[in-house]
Parts: sequence; structure tokens; C-alpha cells
Amino acid sequence: MSRQSNRTTDNKKMNSELFTLTYGALVTQLCKDYENDEEVNKQLDKMGYNIGVRLIEDFLARSSVGRCQDFRETADVIAKVAFKMYLGVTPSVTNWSPAGDEFSLVLESNPLVDFVELPDNHNVLIYSNLLCGVLRGALEMVQMAVDVRFAQDTLRGDNVTEIRMKFIKRIEENLPAGDE
Amino acid sequence: MADEALFQFLHSELIQYIYKSGANGETENGKNITKLEAMGFRVGQGLIERFTKETPRFKDELDVMKFICKDFWTCLFKKQIDNLRTNHQGIYVLQDNSFRLLSQLSAGKQYLEHAPKYLAFTCGLVRGGLSDLGLKSVVTAEVAGMPACKFQVMIQKV
Repeated sequence: MSRQSNRTTDNKKMNSELFTLTYGALVTQLCKDYENDEEVNKQLDKMGYNIGVRLIEDFLARSSVGRCQDFRETADVIAKVAFKMYLGVTPSVTNWSPAGDEFSLVLESNPLVDFVELPDNHNVLIYSNLLCGVLRGALEMVQMAVDVRFAQDTLRGDNVTEIRMKFIKRIEENLPAGDE
Repeated sequence: MADEALFQFLHSELIQYIYKSGANGETENGKNITKLEAMGFRVGQGLIERFTKETPRFKDELDVMKFICKDFWTCLFKKQIDNLRTNHQGIYVLQDNSFRLLSQLSAGKQYLEHAPKYLAFTCGLVRGGLSDLGLKSVVTAEVAGMPACKFQVMIQKV
């Protein structure tokens, strides 16, 4: 006899909590392993990069987004399609530089930091730095070199989380030598 | 939300990181598995806490195990455990015929030796979940052929 289950737990929510908590466990482990937070930031970025490089394939296969014509379009795809697909949030795209090579993604809420409090002795730690790596890695696979960093973070008492993205250059496709 | 891929990638990064950070050797290997398992334990605790907030109390041990096999597993891996067996003396065998975290690996014998890495975290998840439901346990996993695996749960009598 199975008992009456009246569970209305949202599967999706649960699954994103699995991700959030796992990420938390990872950051905790990194903080244990490394003396200083700079090193932790670097590691998170590196891991994010590795994830981004693979995630872009998953994304392109799933979303059927074609090639972007300019950086503005790229920004829109990242915010409206990619973030929504993987994290379930839609950041707003703001603060364009006059040259159009720099913009900010502003997140009202950051799913990665759902159950997180930063202790005082970790004020250099950029908790969600994995995201930067993911964005960098993914865009590199579509021939864009970008610089990604956190400008604001709710964990440090800012009102919003802001990721600043700067277009560096287009990566030329190098044909292997001897290939016509 | 398609963050399942996200979790899978994160999970494999986790494994990679743990295995890179330790020097390679037989003793180290055990240590790495332990590390992964400990991480899973912590995550399992957090998940169960949030997941069973609204649920009525469980009748007994078997009830808890059924819950793990059905609801918990469905939430984590989008499927139920395929087969649950028990000797009614505190040992349970949970069989998953296509375990999600192994489904990305080749189904042949090629990567069989690496399979334990991919199970350690989940063993921890189960142990952590059970511990928060008041059951102390030891959870081990074995793979006979990919992507099927068995988790053995031994409930420790306090």
C-alpha cells in the first residue's frame, strides 16, 4: 500500500536546486583546497570555460539559433535564450558602450546563490565566477573572444548582479596547412 | 528548464577537478572517491530538507526507501529506480538500468574502470538523504555493464 502522496514539488525546481547545491559543494571544496580566494576564482573560471566549450554544442543543437550578425544580437541570444534555457532567468541587457562592443547583463536574481551567505573573510571571492568562464568558453567556440567579469554582485550587498561583457576580437578560422 | 545538461557538465568537472588535485595512486583514488561522496552527502542533505518539507512522516524504513526510489530519484534523474530488492534486514539493492550520469559514456567495457568516479557523488546523495530522514547508512555502488548500476544501501542499526 503506497501512501497518499500529495506532493506538488516542482521537479524542475528540485533539479535546479540539485545544481545550485552541487555548485555550492564545489565552491566549498575549492575554498578548502586553496589558501586564497584569487586562486578559487581562477579555478572556477577555468571549470566554467571547460563547461562552456561543451555547453555551446548542447545549446546550438537545442535552440536552433543561427549565426549572429553583430554583438547586439549575441547579447540578446545570451540573455533571452541561453540564460532562460539553462538557469530559468532572463537578465536584462543594458549599459551599451558607444562603440557597441561592451554591455552588461543585469540579473535580478542569481540562481547560483540561492542558499548562500558569504562569510566576512571571503570578500575577494567571486562566488559565481563559473558563469564568466562558461560565457567565455561558449563564445570562443563561435569565434568570439570576449572578456567577461562581474561588476556587481548581490552577495556583496549590491542590489543586482551585473556581468560585464566586452568584445575583444573575432577569432579567425585557421585552415589546417595544406587544406584547400 | 534544460539545466540537466548543466548539472551533468558540472558533475564531470567536479570529478575532473578532484582527480586532478590529488596525485594519482591507489590510496589517492580511494581518497578522491571519499571526497566526492562527502560532497554528495552534503548536497543530499540539503535536497531532502527542502524536498520533504511538506510531506507527512514516513511509516517505516521501507517507506523511506520507496520514497528514495520513486520521488527522490525522479527529481534527480527524471526516472524511477527500476528495481528495489531487500532482505528485510536493513540491506537494500537499488537497480537502475540506465543510470543517467553513466549514459554519456560508452556502453562497452572501454570505460568500465572509470565508472566508480561517476557513482561516488550519487552514493553520497543517497546517504545524505537517508541521514536527514534519520537513517544512518553505508551506500556503495557497482557497475556490471554500462549504463546499468546497482546501489547497495546498508542501514546501520543505532
